[in-house]
Amino acid sequence: MSGFEPKTEVNIAGVVLKNPVMTASGTFGSGMEYGEFFDLSKLGAVVTKGVADVPWPGNPTPRIAETASGMLNAIGLQNPGIDVFISRDLPYLAKYDTKVIVNVCGHSEEEYLNVVRRLAETDADMLEINISCPNVKEGGIAFGTDPKAVEAITKAVKREAKQPVIMKLSPNVTDIKVMARAAEAGGADAISLINTLTGMKIDIERGKFALANRTGGLSGPAIKPVAVRMVYEASHAVSIPVIGMGGITTGEDAVEFLMAGARAVSVGTANFRDPLASLKVAEGIRDFLVRKQIGDVNDIVGIVS
Amino acid sequence: MKKETAAVIYQETIAENIKSLVLRVSFAGEAVPGQFISLYSADKSRMLPRPISICQVNREAGTLRLVYRLAGAGTREFAELVPGDSVEVLGPLGNGFPVEEYKDKNVLLIGGGIGIPPLLQAAYELDHPSFAVGYRSETYLYEDMQAVGNVYVSTEDGSLGTKGNVLDAIREHDVHPDAAFACGPLPMLRALKVWAENENIPLYISMEERMACGVGACLACVCKTTDVDGHSHVKNARICKDGPVFPAKEVDLT
Repeated sequence: MSGFEPKTEVNIAGVVLKNPVMTASGTFGSGMEYGEFFDLSKLGAVVTKGVADVPWPGNPTPRIAETASGMLNAIGLQNPGIDVFISRDLPYLAKYDTKVIVNVCGHSEEEYLNVVRRLAETDADMLEINISCPNVKEGGIAFGTDPKAVEAITKAVKREAKQPVIMKLSPNVTDIKVMARAAEAGGADAISLINTLTGMKIDIERGKFALANRTGGLSGPAIKPVAVRMVYEASHAVSIPVIGMGGITTGEDAVEFLMAGARAVSVGTANFRDPLASLKVAEGIRDFLVRKQIGDVNDIVGIVS
Repeated sequence: MKKETAAVIYQETIAENIKSLVLRVSFAGEAVPGQFISLYSADKSRMLPRPISICQVNREAGTLRLVYRLAGAGTREFAELVPGDSVEVLGPLGNGFPVEEYKDKNVLLIGGGIGIPPLLQAAYELDHPSFAVGYRSETYLYEDMQAVGNVYVSTEDGSLGTKGNVLDAIREHDVHPDAAFACGPLPMLRALKVWAENENIPLYISMEERMACGVGACLACVCKTTDVDGHSHVKNARICKDGPVFPAKEVDLT
């Protein structure tokens, strides 16, 4: 097999990633903490933690709880706001030869647009609009579970955005295809899914909720089959690229998402178990392509249809 | 800071539900008192690392001693480790106690319950350490501490030392240190913060919270701070990265 080098570049709305692996928003900060473990230039893209127009303090603790093959989180989008993000985090990421996708959060349309306008002045490669966080009371998932709201917020963001726009969808809906089509109708350049599934854990020794927020978002390998199914459904409902995520830990997991119809994938909770997880997923995809003698990663995208 | 496979050198039970585990790691030379390491379960259905404080550092042998309490399925798994086994670890993590700054001062090391272990290595690196430690009933690490300094013991049932808590022991023995480092349950830390203000001495406290990444990325393990924190510019500092040790006056314990 020596000498066989598969092509791993993928194109998402005109942005070419060197490989289809990115980091799932909220699990990787702005890359700084993981840049101490490996060269971030080896990733297709870094997707930042959600940034708002002003600093957000997040939720009370405990913010996380472990569950079987997964975890619940209710961080509540603690973030330093767009000013610090632009002055500190973007220059850090600019040092790496990787694409930078900025995740944007807000409580209202205006708050999303405040961030989108500020990012228009920057070198960020793409925007990912978080309309699916289950852990904030206003905004977030409130936009992501109503197709009319999804289309409206997508249109509003697209009017202001200078970069291609990815809408990040919630799995906490009856029919993901409806939400995917709404994002496409609003002009989204791509969609990403799935965000976390709303869950709850009770600490039976204390007779209390395990999380201060009572509910949290379930992530990790436990949700992977749900995510693969939704990526499959969404990718058949729209013609824009789909970025798949939900429990990806290995290259084989990522290949499943690609075969289901994702053009790229994100590694999230696995980063907490292994700081090198995203790098290993990228290497694992390449190893799979070599083993199967497949010359281009794009050739496996959606092959199960 | 390194993720690696650590060799189990030794493990013993030192009190009911308290284990002492010695691991060989490549990063023992970098470890400082008050830091912690993350241990990962061999069972992949348990995704998250278990953060455990460093009790003792042997830089020559390249080993760390961890003293931990059995709290759930993850720690019960670690309790079964025997010499020859290995375990995935990440470390050293966090900032640690300011032992350099207070090296020649009289420092009182105050621990409650499972907060006692990280104080031992701090004592080894201070010139004049003493201890005030609180137990429910059964003691552990008592002889290790006695070998380095005075130990003022309190027990809830009065079976050893002062009956009551660490502050009762501190008052009974009329202890007035130059500074104090503390680790233990939140009510203890709250009471110590008031005590240190009255004594007009610096107090450093080691905080605890549920953690995921251990490296400062996920923002799960925050504590409230009195001023805006350096990372998120709110009043929530990251215990794993900005701590776990903070000056008590900078933490909002309410």
